[in-house]
Amino acid sequence: MSAIQTIPINWYLLLSVVLFTIGVLGVLFRRNAIIIFMSVELMLNAVNLLLVAFSSYLSDSKGQVFVFFIMAVAAAEVAVGLAILMSVYRNSKSTDINDLSRLKG
Amino acid sequence: MIKLIWLVPLLPLIGFLIIGLFGKKLSKSLVGIIGSGVVLGAFGVSLGIFLQLAEGAEQSTTIDLFNWISAGKLSIPFSFLVDPLSSLFLLIITGIGFLIHLYSTGYMHDDEGFSRFFAYLNLFIFFMLLLVLGSNYLIMFVGWEGVGLCSYLLIGFWFKNTAYNNAAKKAFIMNRIGDLGFLLGIVLIYVTFGSISYHDVFEQAKSLATGTPVLTAITLLLFVGAMGKSAQLPLYTWLPDAMAGPTPVSALIHAATMVTAGIYMIARSNILYTLSPDTMAVVAVIGVCTALFAATIGLAQNDIKKVLAYSTVSQLGYMFLALGVGAYTGAVFHVMTHAFFKALLFLGAGSVIHAMSGEQDIRKMGGLKKYIPITHFTFLIGTLAISGFPGFSGFFSKDEILAHAYEHNKVLWLVGVLTAGMTTFYMFRLYFLTFKNTFRGTHEQEHHLHESPKSMTIPLVVLAILSLVGGLVGIPEVLGGHHFLEEFLAPVFDDSHFRLVHHLSHETEYILMGVAISVMALAIYFAYKTYVTDKKLPAAEGDELQPVHKLVYRKYMIDELYEAVITKPLNFIGEGLHKVVDNQIVDGLVNSCGYVVNGVSGVIRKAQTGNIGFYVFVMVISIVLILFTQLF
Repeated sequence: MSAIQTIPINWYLLLSVVLFTIGVLGVLFRRNAIIIFMSVELMLNAVNLLLVAFSSYLSDSKGQVFVFFIMAVAAAEVAVGLAILMSVYRNSKSTDINDLSRLKG
Repeated sequence: MIKLIWLVPLLPLIGFLIIGLFGKKLSKSLVGIIGSGVVLGAFGVSLGIFLQLAEGAEQSTTIDLFNWISAGKLSIPFSFLVDPLSSLFLLIITGIGFLIHLYSTGYMHDDEGFSRFFAYLNLFIFFMLLLVLGSNYLIMFVGWEGVGLCSYLLIGFWFKNTAYNNAAKKAFIMNRIGDLGFLLGIVLIYVTFGSISYHDVFEQAKSLATGTPVLTAITLLLFVGAMGKSAQLPLYTWLPDAMAGPTPVSALIHAATMVTAGIYMIARSNILYTLSPDTMAVVAVIGVCTALFAATIGLAQNDIKKVLAYSTVSQLGYMFLALGVGAYTGAVFHVMTHAFFKALLFLGAGSVIHAMSGEQDIRKMGGLKKYIPITHFTFLIGTLAISGFPGFSGFFSKDEILAHAYEHNKVLWLVGVLTAGMTTFYMFRLYFLTFKNTFRGTHEQEHHLHESPKSMTIPLVVLAILSLVGGLVGIPEVLGGHHFLEEFLAPVFDDSHFRLVHHLSHETEYILMGVAISVMALAIYFAYKTYVTDKKLPAAEGDELQPVHKLVYRKYMIDELYEAVITKPLNFIGEGLHKVVDNQIVDGLVNSCGYVVNGVSGVIRKAQTGNIGFYVFVMVISIVLILFTQLF
């Protein structure tokens, strides 16, 4: 019995739901682009947590492989996203997403 | 020799391509040599074929060149038909064509469009040969349209002049009206007989009863085409205007060859016409009416080329009269003699205009006899030939037509003789006003008067000889002659002839000839008395004319009538359609498509607020909704 399984699965579920919801709400309600970014990461990691937990409970390593993929993709996404943010900041001297409405129809 | 028939149209086509593509880079003399040379080559081959046929070779040979159209049951080979009729036309087209090319090297020498002119002429010869040689109606139609195109190009040859361009357009559009009839006729032939090759159609037609309605319809439609191309009432008005083109063009296209395409077509389809007596009657009546009508207009014209133009319309009417009374040989005979003397007259007129530095009004000429003797002498021969002076070519062909008309219907004959008298009168009026008495032009013109160069007078002399002796191929039996032409063409008209036998007693024929000759003599006498003895001149421009004279001088106001009855209403309808259908309905439809897209997107674009929070919100809500619908 691994260390993970010392805690019942329900707790993992609850924790990742809470984390995911915090992420969603952060994306929805915060206006600072960096914080939105962090919220997105939070959501990704909530899912990662769940994947690892189930992987351990079901003794199936596929879930952990998924986690590695998600982390790699998230890292790439962060790199691109931060680069975009940098250039946005250079243009508008702010990271407030409500300032980015110049192209509205 | 017959196997070489493909060379005949190919040579002028090659000439057209060389001159058309490289004409600007070649010297004028080289262009002239190539242009005339290819036609001479075609003439050589044609002559060989003609002699072979005359010696009694196979009378009708179809030469398949390649498979042209083949779709479903329809199969049209590109093939040529060599028989006496087509070989005779080949000779006329290439022979006269060559003389006119030769003449043009002199006449057009100083024109900047010299090479363009020869390219067009070669192209015209090519299409005309195609028209005559084709072994089915479709190839004839291709040639038919092609000569129409070349006619347009050459009438508007001096395209910087708006009036000339309008004349070219008029010719093109009028021909198009006739062509539509011709095309419908071909379609109807295909629907009825399931083929458009002459051989199949005529074989099948022979078994039909005389007067079958569908035959009448076919022949009438084909005749509409002939009306347009051969300038018959009511589609004749383009031909006099076509004189806007250079004079050699008038001689070649609008007198000697292209306008006889309608005659060729009907002579070719003779069996169809023989089997539809109603159409024959229509052809004869339209022919004789055109002959008379145009002759009366010719009496009052003062432009040397206009007189000849109306004379051409009138002579074409004669040919249709001949076709209408079943004298197919007579019609073809007249085509041939007319080609000789009308080409001669036009080229002579060109030579006169050349000498007069571009002046075409006969009131300003006079006394040219001593300045341009060769032109004068050949012109006189042409005038005598067209008047039907005994012994000249026109006499025999006209006599044959009138004899057939007499036997068919006395009224047709009477009108024919009357027209012949008028023809003689206006031709001698033209001759006397131009060459007799004293010069009436300006001093400057008189100073410039000169005989044309050799390249122009040689064709005149050759054509004069032909006009003189051309009739000898068809001396009627009554004069103890031997009608060579009738014998030669017999295979083509065989099936029609045994249905239309004619017998006039020798006495009647003598009387008819006597009447024709005395009418002609009377007309010459009146013309001489009026214009030489009394030295009368046609009224000057602006003089008040007698009402009838004025009506004739203004060409019966036919152009004005067409303008009022057809052009104006058509323009009015076009204007209306433009304003209502085009501007309102068509444009409205297109514009409203644009308005709808604009309006809808004007509403939808409000959703794109630019507020990223809102976008994300919508995205999350949507995902939740999708999950709900998927899971529950």
